[in-house]
Amino acid sequence: MIAEAGLAALWLAAALSALQLALSFGLGGEQGREMRAVRAVALAQGLLTLFAFGALIAVFLNSDMSVLLVAENSHSQKPWIYKFAGAWGNHEGSMLLWVAVLALAGAVVALFERRLDERTLGATLGAQAALALGFFAFLLFASNPFERLNPAPLDGRGLNPLLQDPGLAFHPPTLYLGYVGLSVAFSLAVGGLIQGNVGPALARAMRPWVLAAWILLTLGITAGSYWAYYELGWGGWWFWDPVENASLMPWLAATALLHSVNVLAARGGLRAWTMMLALVAFSMSMAGTFLVRSGILTSVHAFAVDPTRGTFILALLALYIGGALTLFAFRIADVKEGAPFELVSREGGLVANNLLLSVILGIVFLGTLYPLIAEALSGEKLSVGPPYFDSVAGPMALVLASLMMIAPQLRWRRDAAPILPRLAPGVLVALAVLVGTFILTPGIGLLPRLGLAIGGGLLPASLQPLIGRSLRRTPLATWGMAIAHFGVATAILGMASDSAFTREQLAAARPGETVEVGPWLVEFRSVSPVAGPNWTALEGELRASKGSGVTVLKPQSRFFPSPPTTTNEAAIDTSWNGQLYAVLGEQDGQGRWQLRLWWKPFVTLIWLGGILIGLGGALALVGRMARERRQRIRGEEAFA
Amino acid sequence: MGSGKMRHALLALVLVSAPVLADSELPAARWANEQLPDPRQEAEAKALMEELRCLVCQGQSIADSDAELAGDMRALVRQRIAAGEKPEQVRAWLVERYGNWVSYRPPVEPATWPLWAAPILLLLVGAWLLRKRLVRRHG
Amino acid sequence: MSPWLRFLPLLVLVAFVGAVAWRLGKPAEEQIPSQLVGRQVPAFTLAPALPGRPGLASTWLAGGKPRMINVFASWCVPCIAEAPLLMELKRRGVVIDAVAVRDRPEDVAEFLANHGDPFERIGSDPESRVQLALGSSGVPESFIVDGQGVIRYQHMGPIEPNDLPRILREWEAAR
Repeated sequence: MIAEAGLAALWLAAALSALQLALSFGLGGEQGREMRAVRAVALAQGLLTLFAFGALIAVFLNSDMSVLLVAENSHSQKPWIYKFAGAWGNHEGSMLLWVAVLALAGAVVALFERRLDERTLGATLGAQAALALGFFAFLLFASNPFERLNPAPLDGRGLNPLLQDPGLAFHPPTLYLGYVGLSVAFSLAVGGLIQGNVGPALARAMRPWVLAAWILLTLGITAGSYWAYYELGWGGWWFWDPVENASLMPWLAATALLHSVNVLAARGGLRAWTMMLALVAFSMSMAGTFLVRSGILTSVHAFAVDPTRGTFILALLALYIGGALTLFAFRIADVKEGAPFELVSREGGLVANNLLLSVILGIVFLGTLYPLIAEALSGEKLSVGPPYFDSVAGPMALVLASLMMIAPQLRWRRDAAPILPRLAPGVLVALAVLVGTFILTPGIGLLPRLGLAIGGGLLPASLQPLIGRSLRRTPLATWGMAIAHFGVATAILGMASDSAFTREQLAAARPGETVEVGPWLVEFRSVSPVAGPNWTALEGELRASKGSGVTVLKPQSRFFPSPPTTTNEAAIDTSWNGQLYAVLGEQDGQGRWQLRLWWKPFVTLIWLGGILIGLGGALALVGRMARERRQRIRGEEAFA
Repeated sequence: MGSGKMRHALLALVLVSAPVLADSELPAARWANEQLPDPRQEAEAKALMEELRCLVCQGQSIADSDAELAGDMRALVRQRIAAGEKPEQVRAWLVERYGNWVSYRPPVEPATWPLWAAPILLLLVGAWLLRKRLVRRHG
Repeated sequence: MSPWLRFLPLLVLVAFVGAVAWRLGKPAEEQIPSQLVGRQVPAFTLAPALPGRPGLASTWLAGGKPRMINVFASWCVPCIAEAPLLMELKRRGVVIDAVAVRDRPEDVAEFLANHGDPFERIGSDPESRVQLALGSSGVPESFIVDGQGVIRYQHMGPIEPNDLPRILREWEAAR
């Protein structure tokens, strides 16, 4: 019953999206009434889709095996949190989540957006409805989450053990909120281009959505990286896997868009860039969704789907992105750009920032698709992996980080004052760190060395905009920028440190033996069998010490019966200056156990940096929304 | 005493009930999971292993894979480097047998010039396209 | 904004859709074929996999007459399905040597006793070394080597009944 109710709600919502699209064309006549109608339709659409998603969660929590999706992805003995999160741990469920966020975002825009004139808002809501319609169609005709299974099996196939982790509850929803949040920026850009109304007002309407989506993408990607790091058992935190790249590309576009939309909102400049980035960002989201579900990429992350669904999404993609980009190509010529600005100015810095981010985006895009293109053109199979991306995107990112040290110190429009004194703190620290690494750690590679230097220099440089101001009266947005850039510096330091200073030790040890890794002495005590709610495991006990105190680590080799899989559960000890990472492998024929141990100095800075970046964004978002509320209230009072 | 025996029995039970996932009965090759005694050689070997693709996995390097064949490839890499071969020679040997697909680092040849030239090219093209947005202050 | 820049994203989209549509129509082959087809079989020597049975060396493969190498293992499930077809090939005159990958003598003996023994020589490859040298990426695989030691044909996966005509044709061509 619940499943049928959910399905009915979806059909109704799809019909409403068609209605919303039709109504948005008609806007311009009796404006007041029709806008009210569009708002009501958008709200109903959002609520119905939310209800449908709730229905899916309900059938998963109830372990209703007569629903095909539950039977294929769940099991009655799973802990409830994995029944809940398992609802989106598969193609159909995650697609429903995608559509729910799309519809809800549309509803929020319809209800709360007051800055735009009605015609532009109408065009925006029409674009959003058009997006929703296509994805509803895909969901209902090619990926029905509520399909029944008759006769219902006694129990389900279970959730992939790699996904049975708290990360599943956080990582996908956060990412999806981010991907689909960018749809509003897309729709606003389409609305603005249709109405020829691209200006600061549009940018101010777009900005909170871009910020919110970007914050969520940042946190989602950070969480995904940490999850892969502790779950997969080999100590790596980014693999340039096609699916990971599919999540990085919208983020890169959104970062550029974020900086660009600020310039448009405050200064009226960069109109064409901002519109293009707004279209490209959500296009990247859609392309990423397609790549992951079409079956054309090989990846541990990919959903197992068939090419028919891939073709459907490709058609949607071609229609939406093609339509929007064609609109852009023809309409952008009518958009009046602001006055040009100097190379050495805040705008100049932001343009360079956009350029670098776009180049990195282009590189990741090209590298991800190159094997496909090469095979299509020449028949030869080749692989493009971390060696390529690290050696190309890495230096580009460091150039961007160097720019981050300089640009925030520049003035808007023209900067004639001497620059070097302002750059001194960052540059001096960077040079000091560089020299320090030559003296203390001569053996590390060039890229990590530069990473340490530039990351080190960026730390003070990012906080410089806060110095010499009254801190309480500094806008939250400025605090946000400083903290976000500080977070970038932190993350770069973590990445460089991990690359330069990680120590690895592989050992075949008998219980009682001791292994050394970095500053640690690790005593291998025993291996014992343990059991959990839906697994059994062999658990090793390790006692590690580096001076004073003993830490106990218990890595496991875990076996799940349904579906039958073995996973490595790493044991990690976190101290202020790094992580000790331990994995229990197999037994060899002579009573020795395979142990893999890593000492990773300062590796946690990577994810701490990511959190700081998100925090900075959140501060900026709160600051801007509070300021706009204050301005609106003051404006209303002035008229009262 | 009693609990020790219980633990052994449980251990045996877990080991027996673990499924045989189409793996051989032989243990891993010696050099699959043992580091070379010379740290410089081990670092070279490790760097190469991270760039070689596992033949039977869904997109992992042989350094990151639990598959048996990946272990045997690691053993091959370590033995050859210990014997004095350069990493590029070992990579070339594998590419000779499996094609460029087996190396995560794409070769630098005409077929892959776009890949390697892209960064500089994109930067220059982008900068040129943006030249109209900027005004040079004179004097 | 210059026309180039305005239409560039659209061009990129067209290229993307084109490449991806091609892939959807022609799904990727998951198997990695050996690049040594048409080249000399690499030099190797393998100890016997069974006591009393000769091992396999590459010199033996350039003896003037074609031979087939079957890369197999006792723990390989599809090899069981393939065994009767190897017997059939042997019956039709195909001479087959084997490379036993990661195998113990007792397991090889048991496998051959249960599923038939089409092999002349069987080499033991405990660390997949020769498997890698041949460019093989899984078990079972079969290679047809001509009398001069040049690899002429590779069959990946178990040999199935409808593969027989092709294999016999390649065998004739290698003579």
